[in-house]
Amino acid sequence: MAFGSLARSAARSLIGGLSAAAAWSAAAALTALWPDRPESDWAYTSDFAVICGALAVALALAAFAGVRFAVLQRLQRLSPWLLALALFLAAWEAVTAKLGMLPLPFFPPPQAIVEVVIDDWERLAAGIFASARLLASGYFLGAAAGFAIGVAIGWSRLAGYWIHPVLRFIGPLPATAWLPLAFFVFPSSFSASIFLIALATGFPVTVLTWSGVAGVSSTYYDVARTLGANQRFLVLKVAIPAAMPHVFVGLFMGLGNSFAVLVVAEMLGVKAGLGWYLQWAQGWAAYANMYAALLIMAFLCSGLITLLFRLRDRLLAWQRGLVRW
Amino acid sequence: MVAVPTPTESADPENGDLARGTTLTIHDLSHHFQLHGQPLRVLDRISFRVGRGEFVALLGPSGCGKSTLLRLVAGLDFPSTGSLLTDGKPVEGPNPSRVVVFQDPTLYPWRTVWGNVALGPEARGLLHTHRERIKDALRLVGLEGFANAYPHQLSGGMSQRAALARALVNDPMLLILDEPLGQLDSLTRITMQSELVSLWQRAGFTALLVTHDVEEALFLAGRVIVLSERPAHIKAEILNALPYPRHRGDPHLVELRHEVFSHLGLDANW
Repeated sequence: MAFGSLARSAARSLIGGLSAAAAWSAAAALTALWPDRPESDWAYTSDFAVICGALAVALALAAFAGVRFAVLQRLQRLSPWLLALALFLAAWEAVTAKLGMLPLPFFPPPQAIVEVVIDDWERLAAGIFASARLLASGYFLGAAAGFAIGVAIGWSRLAGYWIHPVLRFIGPLPATAWLPLAFFVFPSSFSASIFLIALATGFPVTVLTWSGVAGVSSTYYDVARTLGANQRFLVLKVAIPAAMPHVFVGLFMGLGNSFAVLVVAEMLGVKAGLGWYLQWAQGWAAYANMYAALLIMAFLCSGLITLLFRLRDRLLAWQRGLVRW
Repeated sequence: MVAVPTPTESADPENGDLARGTTLTIHDLSHHFQLHGQPLRVLDRISFRVGRGEFVALLGPSGCGKSTLLRLVAGLDFPSTGSLLTDGKPVEGPNPSRVVVFQDPTLYPWRTVWGNVALGPEARGLLHTHRERIKDALRLVGLEGFANAYPHQLSGGMSQRAALARALVNDPMLLILDEPLGQLDSLTRITMQSELVSLWQRAGFTALLVTHDVEEALFLAGRVIVLSERPAHIKAEILNALPYPRHRGDPHLVELRHEVFSHLGLDANW
């Protein structure tokens, strides 16, 4: 019985892997054998075909190896997605480069994006680096300040009295509304953007840290107090750990906000980064560059959120039923 | 054993025996809360004394103010009038020599069982010298195999044991028990009652138990103080000199139970 189910899962993994490989070879064949429309001059058609073909070979190998190595059978979960992705790329290739059904330059074929990544990688890499530097500076500043302010408001009545009205008044204002002011108050557009990103990150972090600290059950404090805890212990070892689930919701929301402000700040002020690249590409009607930058941004933003959730899962392993990402 | 005194610690100037608990003297204690701007009287001129190493139960209907009285003894709140003395000194705030075991285990969910038991030593900066004690406390309550478990992985009985270990690791002189077994199933409860007695006998602390379970009060305590409905005042004090270990079916306990029920106005059922 156990052997039967094992063999069955191996067979299913093999079939799934091979059908994904077949779909990618089909995409490769379609790209390579069906000539592009006569008037077009896509330089990387064969490269795109080679990439699809290489992926097909890799998938087939993984599928066969999966019969021996159970670890690789986990790839089976991905098979349907990989298959769908290959079909999507093949369809995209067909309606753009092969049939020319979609208007140019707005809808370039996949090989145009490959071309951008290969030919313009230096500029893209510089953009990624600039964006990452700006985002990291602003996000960490905002998160740290938001956390500290949130704990202060949640803990101290005096801090709450003075900071809460300011927070209520200024917090809901979108950080981008400060843009014109920030760009002439700050010495450089870079520092202005850091301020804006920090602001956008800080507000949700502050509010959620505060509500987390304020919501800590008073019996937790009673327990610690009867065991001889001082104020410092109550803040650091009771209030903050108990508030961490809320803090992470704030960090998550702040991260989303910071992406939005980053792109706007780069488009309007900082002449560097992926946001600026997007704007620049659009100005030159270089839509393939824009799609490439968008794809990269999607990967990076999603990657950062994943990273944050991983960190949370590690730190909050004591919680049950965490939201999966 | 975690709570067994070392010779230097047990120095009791009066009799030098194993009893290392504190005395508790409550004199003419009244307390009220402000509820919607109106004073709500909770405790009404309560006076009693608990001797060193004694096990006293406070019994009363729910909502009568028993838990409030315990919070005052623990130093978490201050009485409106009257005085509370432990070993002749007024209670001026929480102190690790008077540890409370609450109705809920209130373990910190972000700490392992070990981390929860280590709370008291850690709060007082004694963690490095108390590692062995923490281990002993866990062994004492039978949780040595669960040191690394998180509270959500424990059953109700295990959680309450962990809470007990968290209290005992501090070598309390007065253990304040606020219906600590109230939320357990009846089987676990009976087991824990016996364990509580043997812990108390071995460690020699003074114990003050709040409960609304008559049998529990009589099974555990040497003296049962019956409180009235709110505002609570003392209706009766029942001495229970039955030696430990006690048997639940002991005819003397049945007799005492009848007496307690009559004080609570429930003797018609018996």
